[in-house]
Amino acid sequence: MDLRTTYMGMELKNPLVASASPLSEKVETIKRLEDAGAAAVVMFSLFEEQLRHDDQALDHFMSYGTDSFAESLSFFPEVDEFAVGADRYLDIIRTAKEQVDIPIIGSLNGISPKGWTEYAKNMQEAGASAIELNIYYLPTDMDLNGAHVEEQYIDVLKAVKSAVSVPVAVKISPFFSSIANMARQLDDAGADALVLFNRFYQPDFDLENLEVESSLTLSTATEIRLPLMWIAFLYGKLKGSIAATRGVQTATEVVKYILAGADVVMTTSALLKQGPDYIGTLLKETTTWMEKKEYESVSQMRGAMSQQSVADPTAFERANYIRILENYKSAFLAP
Amino acid sequence: MISEKKTVVTMDGNEAASYIAFKTTEVCAIYPITPSSAMGEFADQWASEGRKNIWGTIPHVVEMQSEGGASGTVHGALQTGSLTSTFTASQGLLLMIPNMYKIAGELTSAVLHVAARALAAQGLSIFGDHQDVMACRQTGFAMLCASSVQEAHDMALISQASTLEARVPFIHFFDGFRTSHEVNKIELISDEAIRAMIDDDLVIAHRKRALSPDRPIIRGTAQNPDVYFQARETVNPFYAATPEIVQRRMNQFAQLTGRQYKLFDYFGDPAAERVMIIMGSGADTARETAEFLCEKGEKVGVVQVHLFRPFSIKDFIGALPKTTKAIAVLDRTKEPGSAGEPMYQDVLTALVESQADGELPLAGMPRCIGGRYGLSSKEFTPAMVNGVFEELKKDKPKNHFTIGIKDDVSNTSIDYDPEFVTESDNVVRAMFFGLGADGTVGANKNSIKIISEETDFSTQGYFVYDSKKSGSGTVSHLRFGSDKIYSTYLIQSANFIGCHQFNFIEKIDMLKHATKGAVFLLNSTYGQDQIWDHLPRRVQEQIIEKEVKFYVIDAYKVALDTGMGTRINTIMQTCFFAISGVLEREEAIAKIKAAIKKTYGKKGEEVVQKNFEAVDQTLAHLHEVKVPKKATSKLEMPPVVPDKAPDFVKTVTAEMMAGRGDELPVSALPVDGTYPTGTTRWEKRNVSLYVPVWQPELCIQCGNCVAVCPHSCIKSKHYDESALKDSPEGFKSVKLSGRGFPGRRYTLQIAVEDCTGCTLCVEVCPAKDKEEVGRKAINMDVKEPILLQERANLEFFDELPENDRSKIDFSTIRGVQYLQPLFEYSGACSGCGETPYVKMMSQLFGDRLYVANATGCSSIYGGNLPTTPWAADKNGRGPTWSNSLFEDNAEFGFGFRLTIDKQTEFARELLEELRGDIGEELAAKILAAPQTNDEELTAQRERVAALKEKLAGMDNVRAKHLLSLADMLVKKSVWIMGGDGWAYDIGYGGLDHIFASGRNVNVLVLDTEVYSNTGGQASKSTPRGAIAKFAAAGKPSGKKDLGMMAASYGNVYVAKVAMGANPKQTLRAFREAEAYEGTSLIIAYSHCIAHGINMQQGLRQQKLAVECGHWPLFRYNPELAAAGRNPMQLDSQKPTIPVSQYAYNEVRYKLLTRTNPASAEKLMKLAQQDVNEQWKRYEKLAAGK
Repeated sequence: MDLRTTYMGMELKNPLVASASPLSEKVETIKRLEDAGAAAVVMFSLFEEQLRHDDQALDHFMSYGTDSFAESLSFFPEVDEFAVGADRYLDIIRTAKEQVDIPIIGSLNGISPKGWTEYAKNMQEAGASAIELNIYYLPTDMDLNGAHVEEQYIDVLKAVKSAVSVPVAVKISPFFSSIANMARQLDDAGADALVLFNRFYQPDFDLENLEVESSLTLSTATEIRLPLMWIAFLYGKLKGSIAATRGVQTATEVVKYILAGADVVMTTSALLKQGPDYIGTLLKETTTWMEKKEYESVSQMRGAMSQQSVADPTAFERANYIRILENYKSAFLAP
Repeated sequence: MISEKKTVVTMDGNEAASYIAFKTTEVCAIYPITPSSAMGEFADQWASEGRKNIWGTIPHVVEMQSEGGASGTVHGALQTGSLTSTFTASQGLLLMIPNMYKIAGELTSAVLHVAARALAAQGLSIFGDHQDVMACRQTGFAMLCASSVQEAHDMALISQASTLEARVPFIHFFDGFRTSHEVNKIELISDEAIRAMIDDDLVIAHRKRALSPDRPIIRGTAQNPDVYFQARETVNPFYAATPEIVQRRMNQFAQLTGRQYKLFDYFGDPAAERVMIIMGSGADTARETAEFLCEKGEKVGVVQVHLFRPFSIKDFIGALPKTTKAIAVLDRTKEPGSAGEPMYQDVLTALVESQADGELPLAGMPRCIGGRYGLSSKEFTPAMVNGVFEELKKDKPKNHFTIGIKDDVSNTSIDYDPEFVTESDNVVRAMFFGLGADGTVGANKNSIKIISEETDFSTQGYFVYDSKKSGSGTVSHLRFGSDKIYSTYLIQSANFIGCHQFNFIEKIDMLKHATKGAVFLLNSTYGQDQIWDHLPRRVQEQIIEKEVKFYVIDAYKVALDTGMGTRINTIMQTCFFAISGVLEREEAIAKIKAAIKKTYGKKGEEVVQKNFEAVDQTLAHLHEVKVPKKATSKLEMPPVVPDKAPDFVKTVTAEMMAGRGDELPVSALPVDGTYPTGTTRWEKRNVSLYVPVWQPELCIQCGNCVAVCPHSCIKSKHYDESALKDSPEGFKSVKLSGRGFPGRRYTLQIAVEDCTGCTLCVEVCPAKDKEEVGRKAINMDVKEPILLQERANLEFFDELPENDRSKIDFSTIRGVQYLQPLFEYSGACSGCGETPYVKMMSQLFGDRLYVANATGCSSIYGGNLPTTPWAADKNGRGPTWSNSLFEDNAEFGFGFRLTIDKQTEFARELLEELRGDIGEELAAKILAAPQTNDEELTAQRERVAALKEKLAGMDNVRAKHLLSLADMLVKKSVWIMGGDGWAYDIGYGGLDHIFASGRNVNVLVLDTEVYSNTGGQASKSTPRGAIAKFAAAGKPSGKKDLGMMAASYGNVYVAKVAMGANPKQTLRAFREAEAYEGTSLIIAYSHCIAHGINMQQGLRQQKLAVECGHWPLFRYNPELAAAGRNPMQLDSQKPTIPVSQYAYNEVRYKLLTRTNPASAEKLMKLAQQDVNEQWKRYEKLAAGK
């Protein structure tokens, strides 16, 4: 069975990529992912804002209350050397590069123009095979119009592209007025891949204490519908690669994404739940399905159910939606 | 050979001494004590960084449980052949004395580095004098004294070189704070020079003398009358040889470094007639003054003593000018009842013996007087030196004098002219008045570094701190100049004064220090055009009269605009360089930026950029003020305390509060260290700009905010509606909730002037506005607009009757909020995690409470002058408090119990004896009275009052005795309180003994898991994986389970509590512990500034500590066992979150993930295992019957 695929020009042994998650915080786990069969690993996201905040917080709390009282002029040992900023992140990339053979993709979430390019450059220097820009941006400013938001995405991408020589992927949310147009804009601006889609932080309410909760829930298989639809639609219309992410729990989702047209399929939730070795299971089950359906290679499969390949292309459009509604039968509706 | 390349560094005395100790030892046994802690901290830090000694190996640095333990370890390491050192001061040095006799008696080469400090007598003092080292002069240790930072560096090496040759061990000492903490530019001794000074053959010889099973010997025998005496005399030749060895080593040192010292150095006129003999930092001031006077033609000189023990009479006499006619010996110590202080007596002996032997090369026996100066870092100025020289002119100079104070009791003090100033024009003198929190001190340390490194100037920085831990002020004294600086005293005449806090202008008379034409920089929100009208009259007058150049900057605005928050350090530093003229402006700015890069570079680019931005923004906001010709202000400096304050507070306490304590005469102070309680209420410190504001309509009157307020600034009362008739307009009141209280009103009153703005009250408040859930029943708001209203409200509230204790529900937080706290407005840190427990104890048992307080944070915020928080109720009853030492607190409190038990027993015996005279019924009732709750206690107090009335009329010695003991017939409560450093480490032996005794004392351990008061050193309570000083690489071992150790006795009540997690359980534990007729122990989780947390989240951290199982709550009650039940009750649930979720909110854990992620991970895993296993053990214990 030929599982090989190409992602942003990189030849991968199979289409399964471990996406950004705490699993890549340790080189040891990255190695385990490789051993289990992952074709590439996207590092956990480097959040510029978080780094800045952490550095400042550390500075603040280490100096808080110092030089105030004669007996306790400080509270911590004067540590000469400690990791700040992206030091630790880059160290992991560096060590991982030495210890594994699969590509390591740096994941970056910046906030400042300088942050985007500088960290991307640093990642490249540390050995990242590619960079994924995780543009995680909530436009809460009511004066900011959609066109301006889109422009910002393009600007960031262009800036990073001009700063690094490795391929650059962009991970976006589905919240654009025109996803298809946005995809083309990014593609035109040089995105080597689009990663569809990231999940925004959506707070919950704690009803007991009347507080806003910021806990994160892992994705479920039902969440693949949205990316599945857009990947199927975009397949064959972009110069760059397409990565599917969100909702992969079993080989079923992997297969669906590839059929829709994804070059690679990324997973986090399943690995967080089942452990890094689960990637082997996904791979095995995908192969089993392919064998059962007599597919010979991933490339044969890719896009087989994309919009342009299915018998009824309108299935991806509005008519499909109407049909669903018509077919919907609720226990609370009269038969 | 003098090395041509000189390395110049900026450091303080502790670092300078520790640098040499680390280079020349193999083993350091350490223990924290102010002001020497930093020496051990440096050694530990360097070892953890892998720095090596001159032999290329990393010294082992080990923290012990006490100085007694450290000295034992030093002794052991020395006996087995290691080059060993330790660092200590004060009480710590006293604890080493037994081993010092041994080390010296066995002729062991060793150096103890001491930052000399006062001893606890009528009061404790952390400041510098020679009382501690003088208490060791009989141990057989040689004593070599350094007078400056450079000398602390140099003498450390000379001591080490000499001890190896002489075999006599050395105390190398320098003045605590004045030298240990003075930042100075010094020449670093090269490794080559150190190697040249330390003779390897002598090191090997030291090793060869060691105990070894390969060549067995025994040492440390018991000796009998036949030989002990002779054996004691065997060492004499070694002592006789020591001075010559030290001088030879000093000469060798001079060859290597160019700095020549003598055992007794002489400065001044070679033909001086009046000579001062002095040792330590004061010698530099004496030298400066003598040289100043000599230039004016006075025939004076100073003998600076370096080697005090062995005292070389020959060298001393040789140092005196032949022309000497009168001598004043200045001792920085006090030996009550002696014929004179130690050095004075040595000098007399030297003179008399030399004359008797015909070897005194003077014209005649000089007149010799002795005196005391500088106790507890009391300033010692050129004016005082001059005063002593003037005294020596007299025919009958005052002997056994004091200088620097006004002694109107024994009239020992010598008068001097305070206007006598020797400050040189070649030296820039700058003073900065700031807050601890605004970073002034740090910025000034940085400035000194810049100037040291960028110019050839001599530099000196010395910093004076406040007595409070929150909102404390600092004064920085910086000198820079082309002359070498010998001024070891605070700046007396400044040519630059920086005031970093506008409100100081009304409190501190800063400009009295200004010289003519000085520059004055004020941080103010008022611009250059408005500021003049906001200055007090006195300030205006001084500016005009002294022709002061006056500048203003709104540093807080610049800080806010540039993301610096409230840290105005960089901004004020930039201003200083811009207008002081020490360096060229442009050059200075570039240097500041370079320094910022260096200092903050390790903290990340973000921090650097923020500071750069602040520098750039500063100059645009710095403005010179055009000074009018006339003072126009009507603002006068307000009185320190209100007129209604008690006399002592007005005449003594207020003077200390105003910074005029130095001017108080001896007669003003109590003879035996006894002070009135409840004085913090007179010190309205107004630390916080933001204070809580109560919303009566939302309040559910739960009392949580009252319970957690660390400074007792939130109090509540309920009262009859009629009480409101005289209330000030705007006084907040609401109907008391709950049934059965018709017509009762409730008020939650906030003492806004005492609040430190910690916001714990807001965090804990459970009542939210239904329509706007972000708004609670208590919220922070700006203080200024409500200050006057709340001041009036508090005054009225305080006058409302206290709620009747006998009717209060002691079992709920809602109930105990009405108990008056008898511990209020302490000087603890903002958001302190300890004080809520202390306050609760004072509420529950305050009117019959004895507190024995171990030295530490709690003894400082509880007992540091000028004002103290322990207070009395309206009946005049309240906690009585004392601090003995650090190590003996359990025993100290145990002594309280013995007194109470004995005196109660005796009182009952007398009552039995006198029952006929007193009346059968009253006597019987008193003797049989139950005293288990406040209702019963109140009844007993009434009976005892009746008894006392009867006894007062009886003319019978037995009745008089009973009268003096009658109060003991009311039950007392003894609480032994301290931190984990005391309970887990230094005081554990005593504490264990108390547990074993089973006597009725209650022990409260305020567990911050670190030595908080001395700045965060690890204790045995420090959890695994946390970084602390002395555990810079993360504590490798787990936390000691003190609770289970105590519980293993079976008859000790033990509770582990965390108020932030379960206040009700805390309350229950306090009440059960107190009710238990045996020994009780409460271990209370106390979040702390030394954890590196957001103190606002302290209670949340407590909760997480419990939820992750790091701090399981339990009560172990032996009474249950007696009733056939399981004494162990777990009060918290099985851990629900991993330890890391709790730990990584704290810098103490987080830092290790930055310095050594692999180690952090490993230790966190082990910490999780610790928790899992502990929980299993506890669960098992609680499950049995």
